[in-house]
Amino acid sequence: MEADGKTDPRAARPPQSGCRPWTRDQIAANAARDIPEGSYVNIGIGIPVLVANHVPAEREVIIHSENGILGMGPEPGPNEINRWLINASKKYVTLRPGGAYMHHADSFAIIRGGHLDLCILGAFQLAENGDFANWSMSPTDMPSVGGAMDLAVGAKQVWVLMDHTTKSGESKLVRRCTYPLTAPGAVTRVYTNLAVLDVTAKGFAVRETAPGLAFEALQKVTDAPLHRAA
Amino acid sequence: MINKIVQNMAEAMAGIRDDSLVLIGGFGSIGQPNALIEGLIEQGAKDLTVVANNAGVGHNGLARLMEVGRVRKIICSYPRTSDPVVFEELYRAGRIELEVMPQGTMAERMRAAGAGIPAFYTPTSVGTLLAEGKELREFSGRQYVLETALAGDVALIEAWEADRWGNLTYRSSARNFNPVMAMAAKLTIAQAQHIVDLGALDPEKVPTPGIFVQRVVHVPYGEPTVT
Repeated sequence: MEADGKTDPRAARPPQSGCRPWTRDQIAANAARDIPEGSYVNIGIGIPVLVANHVPAEREVIIHSENGILGMGPEPGPNEINRWLINASKKYVTLRPGGAYMHHADSFAIIRGGHLDLCILGAFQLAENGDFANWSMSPTDMPSVGGAMDLAVGAKQVWVLMDHTTKSGESKLVRRCTYPLTAPGAVTRVYTNLAVLDVTAKGFAVRETAPGLAFEALQKVTDAPLHRAA
Repeated sequence: MINKIVQNMAEAMAGIRDDSLVLIGGFGSIGQPNALIEGLIEQGAKDLTVVANNAGVGHNGLARLMEVGRVRKIICSYPRTSDPVVFEELYRAGRIELEVMPQGTMAERMRAAGAGIPAFYTPTSVGTLLAEGKELREFSGRQYVLETALAGDVALIEAWEADRWGNLTYRSSARNFNPVMAMAAKLTIAQAQHIVDLGALDPEKVPTPGIFVQRVVHVPYGEPTVT
């Protein structure tokens, strides 16, 4: 897994001169901004766990973590670490007042039972029909599914947060996934370092692009055809 | 008088056989009962199948059990966690078997075992490689996959407090798989940071009632140092 919160120095060059791709923290902040007040939201490993740092204390967005936390807060300051309290990425976090702990069977009852308004996951590939892949690139790759398949079928909405391309510049937004699926037709929106797109019946619809990035330049680095949001 | 508190690790590990299916609590190393795993290494049982969420962190606890060659197969949801050095080497060398399953399916299979439910249908994994070869059935227009209960011969549990009847509490997110595994094994052994008098635990706040627990060892190790 990539280190949380840091801009990867090996990331592909911007697709257009003068364009300023969003950092991992900005991707998380963009998603956090769009979560409706009062939502119950699960955040998974990778960029998604950073979302907890971008929900201000005055907002009431209740964050769930698969390892049995409801009401998870941001990462702790150096003097407020609880060494028994970690998120899905195994990093120290906090609990907001009103938060609760539960065991794994109840935690996944929350996930699978349709109680979550939204889950936010990472991905290797996302297809224009909402299929996504985030657990295995090949049979020798040490497949690691975690809670992703449960989340993908259980939450009312599924958002993906990921880089737009791989480190070698290949598009992660594709017509059809080539990696093994985590779930078919599950994803409704994606936040990348270059754009925010909805997954619609017609395919990817661009809601927003990174500062200085034109629609045409975004299309050049994206395998799947893009549409302008209505 | 019922007293499940044993005086030493040898007593806690007595009778664990080769080829056992061992459920080990924890998410990463939080809630992972490292002292019991050390005890199991000392006890010597081998050819174990282990169910745990991850495949060990660094060289301690579960990673150490694999490193000394006691684990034939690991069933987990997420082997690619932080620092899985020992597992990675064994896996690449073909010296350990891996079965990956969705985390919620893993938890529910053990809950079902503890609850007397032999199998259940879940929507998780439908349309993926992990559902291949499994029975599918439609309910109200949606596809579900059949999963069977997963019972352990032994469960190793990390608790915060315990009393002599085996009632257990947990600390923060170290609860994770522990209460589920405690109910799913024939022999459930818990390590606890604190032993308290019978009646001292608030009965409204006992996540694991003592009926699920056979043995308790006092292991006041302090704070976990890695995650």
